[in-house]
Amino acid sequence: MTKNTLTGGTNHVLVPPGTGSSGGRSRRPGRGSLRRSEARAGMALIAPTVVVVVVVVVLPIVWSISMAFQKVRLLNLRTVGIFGDYTLQNFVNVFTAPGFVTTLLATLTYSVLGTGFSIGVGLVASLALRKRFRGRGFVRALMLLPYVAPVVAVTFVWQIMLSPDFGFVDYWGQKLFGWTKPIAFLSQQTAHVSIFGVNVAVPIALLSVIAFETWRQFPFAFLFLTARIQAIPDSLEEAARVDGATISQRFRYIIWPQLLPTIAVLAVLRFIWTFTKFDDIYLLTGGGAGTEVISVRVYNFLIGNGDIGLASAQAVILAVVLALLVGIYLWRFGPKEEGVS
Amino acid sequence: MTTATQTTRAAAPARPGRRRRRFGRDSTENAVFGILRWLVIAVLVIATAFPFYYMGFLSVQGIGDVLKSPGALWLPFSRLNLGAYLTVLQPVEAKGEGFLGFMANSAVLAVGTVVLTLLITIPGAYAVSRLRFFGRRQISALFLAVYLFPSILLAVPLFVFFTRIGLNGSLVAVLIVYVSQTVAVSIYMLRNYFDTIPISLEEAAALDGCSRLGTLFRVSLPLAMPSVLANALFVFMFAWNEFLFALLFLIDDRSRWTVSLGLDELTGNSIEIPTTVLMAAAVITTIPIIVLFFVSERLLTEGLTAGAEKG
Repeated sequence: MTKNTLTGGTNHVLVPPGTGSSGGRSRRPGRGSLRRSEARAGMALIAPTVVVVVVVVVLPIVWSISMAFQKVRLLNLRTVGIFGDYTLQNFVNVFTAPGFVTTLLATLTYSVLGTGFSIGVGLVASLALRKRFRGRGFVRALMLLPYVAPVVAVTFVWQIMLSPDFGFVDYWGQKLFGWTKPIAFLSQQTAHVSIFGVNVAVPIALLSVIAFETWRQFPFAFLFLTARIQAIPDSLEEAARVDGATISQRFRYIIWPQLLPTIAVLAVLRFIWTFTKFDDIYLLTGGGAGTEVISVRVYNFLIGNGDIGLASAQAVILAVVLALLVGIYLWRFGPKEEGVS
Repeated sequence: MTTATQTTRAAAPARPGRRRRRFGRDSTENAVFGILRWLVIAVLVIATAFPFYYMGFLSVQGIGDVLKSPGALWLPFSRLNLGAYLTVLQPVEAKGEGFLGFMANSAVLAVGTVVLTLLITIPGAYAVSRLRFFGRRQISALFLAVYLFPSILLAVPLFVFFTRIGLNGSLVAVLIVYVSQTVAVSIYMLRNYFDTIPISLEEAAALDGCSRLGTLFRVSLPLAMPSVLANALFVFMFAWNEFLFALLFLIDDRSRWTVSLGLDELTGNSIEIPTTVLMAAAVITTIPIIVLFFVSERLLTEGLTAGAEKG
């Protein structure tokens, strides 16, 4: 089941018989006691995993929801229990706290653009590196570096590169492109740029973190799209080539339809992960200059204000908004995609 | 090559009967995309590699050189200055930043997470792949859901919980959280691999009188070694790079900091610490991951995407 989720149930005609799926396992129905012992062994072997997941993930989530409805602060932590005085005050506070709408919009912009750009760049990269050439293996490995490198280290390098004081980017921007003064990419909320005489406010800091997100996350899309492209049989494209289809036509009518299910799944995964992302923005801007996304806000409520109830309520709202968006997406696009396969 | 006339089944809309000119659409596109391809590759290589080059570049010079020429991209060999690394690695008592200690913490945490995760998930993945028991399908779905859950939502209750049982500030708390964060992917990767091992091998072992656990450890596990190794690397990288939970649980005690947390805390007061020293810290944080990654790239990417290309 999980396997199909990653590719979104691709064309089954192309699957070589007997590879991959667990379907190849055929077992004669055994005697009852054998079957029971098998079930017992299975449960015993899976038990440790289930225990860890339930204790460290499921229970905390339930507790988190419960705390969202209670008045809990770091100071009166000792008295918190599952049962307390339930109240909706935290949610009222979350909605009325200054900057709630800005945060929501920033989170949405960040996730939509971050997801779109990272998949787009990943697709372009996987197509460009499709044909063999000397050193392709090395270049492919290089492409994955931003994704595997420690986030703290790479955000720090970006901070230094984009620094208005002695940053590399501003130095060359002034030198080559005639920028009149250095741009504070990570601490300036908006810049007014006139395009054809129209003054447009550009959210500089937000775009900078989106650029970072694209740089850091495109390897993920690249990895899975490359794997998918390699699995497309050459004969399909050769047939199209013989029939006179050009490169762009072959992409549009042969490659693209094959990649679509993978892209759909990537879009969901990347959107979920970007929507809840904390490290990148916290480390780059600390949530300042209009980049305070919901997860950074949760952290600020928890550590900055010491208000556990408020932080939980904000986190629950994050999860609910995310579930709604993903639900709408799957409801709108899910069935169609299955129809293809 | 003539223009195709038998375009009955191909998806591409090649127009039959049209003569190809010398500079037709096909050759134009071939030329354009041929150039574009190399352009894209060049831009991508520079974009991905440059920040890492810059990191290393800044770390090997004196702070005076950095401030004097912010646009520089190389430096004469004579100005090479490795003093920053010395400062970073030395313990605080010797006027350093004590990064060796942070590295030890990170290593202990990462190795501990790998060992614990594998101990828990190898039997688990085997069970999900091979044995029929009640709730097997639901368990896969549950793990997937867990993997998609925002970690910030877990942060609040786990913080409260570990504070109350007095584990806040201990590596054990972080270790437990890390294991819970990696089991889902680990089960997914291992199960995919177990699925590809022919069951007849295990049946043969069972016929020869091997117990179920014996079969797992003597037959299936050795065969699944590539996947187990890929998994171990993936978990190690996750634990080494992790930041949020280290920040929440370990910040109070400097002797418990991991490399990621240490680097972030040092950059927080970068007025006192020169950029070159911080860059050296960033390099030290990154190098183990890059080395591990380049050594095992094949194994890792294949382990992660196994099954993804087949559908």
